[in-house]
Amino acid sequence: MGIIIDKNTRAIVQGITGTQGNFHAKLMLEYGTKIVAGTSPGKGGTQVHGIPVYDTVEEAQEKHSANASIIFVPAPFAADAAFEAMENGITTVIIITEHIPIKDAINVMARARQLGATVIGPNTPGIITPEQCKLGIMPSHIFKSGTVGMISRSGTLTYEIAAGLTRNGIGQSTCLGLGGDPITGLNFIDTLKMFEKDTSTQAVILIGEIGGNLEELAAQYIARQTYPKPVVAFIAGRSAPPGKRMGHAGAIVMGKVGTAESKIQALTEAGVKVAEKPGDIAKLLMGR
Amino acid sequence: MKLFEYEAKNLLASHGIPTPKGELASSPSQARETAAKLKPPYAVKAQVLVAGRGKAGGILFAGSAEETEKAAEKILSMQIKGIPVRSVWVEEKINVKNELYFGVTTDRFSQSYVAVASASGGMDIEEVAEKHPEKIVKTIVNPLYGLRPFQARQIARKIGYSGSQLSELGRIFEKLYTLGMECDSELIEMNPIVETVDGSFMAADARIIVDDNALFRHQEYKKRLWEGNSELSQQELEAMKSGLAYVKLDGDIGVVGNGAGLVMATLDTIQYYGGKPANFLDVGGGAASETIAVALRIVLSDPDVKTLFINILGGITRCDEVAHGILEAKNKVDIAKPIVIRLVGTNEQEGKRILTEAGIHVLESMEEAAQKAVQTSKQGGK
Repeated sequence: MGIIIDKNTRAIVQGITGTQGNFHAKLMLEYGTKIVAGTSPGKGGTQVHGIPVYDTVEEAQEKHSANASIIFVPAPFAADAAFEAMENGITTVIIITEHIPIKDAINVMARARQLGATVIGPNTPGIITPEQCKLGIMPSHIFKSGTVGMISRSGTLTYEIAAGLTRNGIGQSTCLGLGGDPITGLNFIDTLKMFEKDTSTQAVILIGEIGGNLEELAAQYIARQTYPKPVVAFIAGRSAPPGKRMGHAGAIVMGKVGTAESKIQALTEAGVKVAEKPGDIAKLLMGR
Repeated sequence: MKLFEYEAKNLLASHGIPTPKGELASSPSQARETAAKLKPPYAVKAQVLVAGRGKAGGILFAGSAEETEKAAEKILSMQIKGIPVRSVWVEEKINVKNELYFGVTTDRFSQSYVAVASASGGMDIEEVAEKHPEKIVKTIVNPLYGLRPFQARQIARKIGYSGSQLSELGRIFEKLYTLGMECDSELIEMNPIVETVDGSFMAADARIIVDDNALFRHQEYKKRLWEGNSELSQQELEAMKSGLAYVKLDGDIGVVGNGAGLVMATLDTIQYYGGKPANFLDVGGGAASETIAVALRIVLSDPDVKTLFINILGGITRCDEVAHGILEAKNKVDIAKPIVIRLVGTNEQEGKRILTEAGIHVLESMEEAAQKAVQTSKQGGK
């Protein structure tokens, strides 16, 4: 089980001949992910790690009918790659690429809503359902199969927390990076809903950071629905000054909107246990 | 990236949005010449990218060309929040009846642009939103259709206008939205857009923030940014050019890490243990040894830094590359300050071996390392 991807997911890698695409295609294959094809305009007919490469997603789809795509295409062309995937029937699109213009991301999400496609990212480490399928760039050895779902806006911070869980014998159902940009496909609420229905998930970890109000909205959702599974959270950026972008395009406090205090307060009021340090997450989960 | 007021106003004017007549001047005499071409009275406004110039005395009014020269002289000799004023915008002062607000920004939840309007303009819009949320009119824009003329008219109606004024205001809103899309703004606003005593409308102040990630489509702004004429400090710019993200803070523990979330959490953990971080620096994913060396140089160039804390969790970033980078930096830069290193993840053993052989002790836990860094900085970096 787990959400969005599983051992039956058939994926293509867009931008498979680039350094990152090539490197991570190999790691995903080794993890057992069914990478059925890759695309790279102008490189059709070649192979990467035994994976057939096509010029277009259309052709890859004619021959392999994939249902997911992972995009490593450079930022100026990444939105086009996402449209190409969606217009050719791909229903799960994972955009690893960082630095995609906001306008491009907004256009992609508008089309995804029309087509009912699930977009993860941009600027995401991807998604992993441990021991079944990995569509992402995360180091796989720090994850293990289990019952805790993770939703995060950060990459390495997710690894930090996942490694801590695994070290404490707590496995994960699915770990998903929403992406560090202001405009992303899935948000916390969408993913909480999926974990609610997933029978293999017994608790959820929400890893947020400064910027925007999506954590506050998630807190309202948790309180309103009396969310049936325990939720534990960590919010990064308590020490961040206002008006400064902290690495991620989306991590910025504007005036009074987007502070860590506001998010922590909203989550606490919704009954979510908020960890003070990343290392406390495992303790909070075991202590419940 | 922020645009100067004069850049924003010129863009608005070129898109048919009425703005006060004005010109840029970089010397007092040029300001006088400009004023002589315009109708008095005048407003003389410092062209800086920091907020709060009005309170700092960066906006003055003048009744004649001579007074304009004096006002410009005064403003051009000022520093606003440490930034010297290089130029002023001289314009005709307008007769204000009402101050309104209109802007377009992004809304995360609806994954769209949102048009924001208010009949209470001329002040901080976030403050209006907080104290009087009923005075804010928000309209989500579907990017597939843009801001429709009827939506613009509805917004004008909701902030109190009707008839020909409603139509005129609606057309201005549409034009601003179009301009925002053309220049890839993450925020474009007229604050205030004023209703003048004769009942027409004019953008009295304009602010545009261009999406940094879209600068490849706007080479003219990218050029200005790379030349150092922007809101970024020299260190922030140097970091940006090397693909790093750097933010100066006011503490004494220099921080280098990989991944924005992890670095933020590192700063928070330092603060939790009673220390103060001197900066945020994210080397990004897959950082090569040269990048690590640049990062260390930037952080160590800050005289406030007493201790250096490197926190790397290798995923794409390989620990052995990081170790080489640290040694490389040590050869190039004189690292006299104590270093605390936490290094785990891909190729961890190799990375540790390289550093240990060079006499650098490596820790495994982020919390332990943060405590060590705080302790070292409290001993005055010894």
